Amino acid sequence: MKTDSAFLELEDSPRVAVWFDGAELELPEGANLAAALLAAGVGVFRHTPVSSEPRGPFCMMGACFDCLVEIDGIVRQACMTEVVEGLRVSRPHGTGGEHEAE
Amino acid sequence: MKRSDLVIIGAGPAGMAAATTAAEHGLSVTLLDEQSRPGGQIYRDVDRAVEKRGGILGPDFGHGRTLTRALRESAVEHVTGAVVWSIEDGFRISYTKGGRAAQVAADRILLATGALERPMPVPGWTLPGVMTAGAAQILLKQSGVIARRAVLVGSGPLLYLIAAQMVRAGTPPLALVETQSRADLRRAARHAGGALRGWPYLAKGLKLMAEIARARVPRFTGATDIAIEGAGRAETVSFRSGGKSRRLVCDTVLLHHGVVPNTQAARSIGVAHRWNATQAAFSPVVDRWGITGVEGVYIAGDGAGIGGAEVAEVAGRLASLQIAAEAGRLSEAERDRLAAPLFRKKARDMAIRPFLDAAFPPATEALLPEDKTIICRCEEVTAGDIRRYAQMGSLGPNQTKAFGRPGMGPCQGRYCGLTVTAILSEANGQTPDETGYFRIRPPLKPVTLGELAAMETPQQDAAE
Repeated sequence: MKTDSAFLELEDSPRVAVWFDGAELELPEGANLAAALLAAGVGVFRHTPVSSEPRGPFCMMGACFDCLVEIDGIVRQACMTEVVEGLRVSRPHGTGGEHEAE
Repeated sequence: MKRSDLVIIGAGPAGMAAATTAAEHGLSVTLLDEQSRPGGQIYRDVDRAVEKRGGILGPDFGHGRTLTRALRESAVEHVTGAVVWSIEDGFRISYTKGGRAAQVAADRILLATGALERPMPVPGWTLPGVMTAGAAQILLKQSGVIARRAVLVGSGPLLYLIAAQMVRAGTPPLALVETQSRADLRRAARHAGGALRGWPYLAKGLKLMAEIARARVPRFTGATDIAIEGAGRAETVSFRSGGKSRRLVCDTVLLHHGVVPNTQAARSIGVAHRWNATQAAFSPVVDRWGITGVEGVYIAGDGAGIGGAEVAEVAGRLASLQIAAEAGRLSEAERDRLAAPLFRKKARDMAIRPFLDAAFPPATEALLPEDKTIICRCEEVTAGDIRRYAQMGSLGPNQTKAFGRPGMGPCQGRYCGLTVTAILSEANGQTPDETGYFRIRPPLKPVTLGELAAMETPQQDAAE
């Protein structure tokens, strides 16, 4: 477990390997993906399409869509996804400020 | 397509109580919920959470287990992980589950979609590390994850609850930055009668505040000029309180100034909504049973107006008694006999609300943010943009979409709708009812082509 996370895990539970943006992380199996990434020290989940500003989880209840990540080519809400072994998660492509300036 | 007498959307206290009550009276019930386990947000993952950290979360949270147990023992079909994206006349409800779209038909629909955090747009609220206080609660309940160095900002009882839970977990927040003032408390004193009728709530609140005080968590009240700053993530919160400017260093900022009804589903099927000045939010127009103006559509719980978990549970039961009576499963006399104690409990539990609403009003500066502040997180539209659209003649929220796309991102206005209405109302000298709200259309949540392609077809249904 990374110690530089802004979040503390109260209990330990069995972990599985998950990839986030090419880095291997050990996350609790069956955990909420957004919570597990936060606890592992991941703060920035994506950059906005409009201005490339960094974003992370905000509501944790599937309403705000700020925790979007890409899994198997599909952009999904990390807070609505469970950790399973071998999950390959990345920051969403095509949301890095490719919008043309007005 | 499967057909049920009643489809309920949302498995929080209102939805769970309504589902078991309706099933007890012989109705076939399908309960659709986005989460993998019942509880809603207030009782999120309650069965597992109580086992692991019930001491931190407290007895009120544990009460949720009585609802999940009754649900398990009932004949209700509980579809977990179901994200509803469309409700059509008839009724036909479309949802996504496990990467596939599916549909269910119903004679009647009960919406139990609960509440959302009231949007709290302050400078820097889009930075990573800024979350809602509700999000912190969900992290704690479902995942046992807690912010190490957090500052809680805003107003309302939920701030004290999460602060006390953090204290019990051995990770107290660095500070509470509270926006309510002494003048608010004086105004609230007028509602002392109701507060005394709701004394168990008051006693619980005072106990939480005592826990926070014992842990020596600093509290700053009457806070204004709140701003969150940091390079790529939240690092400081600055504000004014007691005539002084202050800046607190932290990793996490938790915002909260009340919750508001989640009206997306109700609006999408044409249920009328009215501005509730006391709660400073729109609520659907419902009668005491939860009946809406759209035939066959009912609403119970915080989605019908904020009352809290216990009121939601009672309201869910009341709606199902009415639905069972309409469906001929219960005489009106029997319905009334069963409903009488529920109406009494609801009145008792609601007695505290006027006091709470007056003592912990929303932060004015976050209702009408300064020009530079982003109000639509998805499309990064600022308060100044909305004021500019008003000057250009935009009278209503739907017109502003054409100017700058507020409310058109994936969250579909859930975290900017009330702010857009408030800014336009002020700029145009209109009431919130005159200004109105975003028109909400399906899909209520994004659905992919792949999910649609994987939908069971009617032919398959016929062959079953």
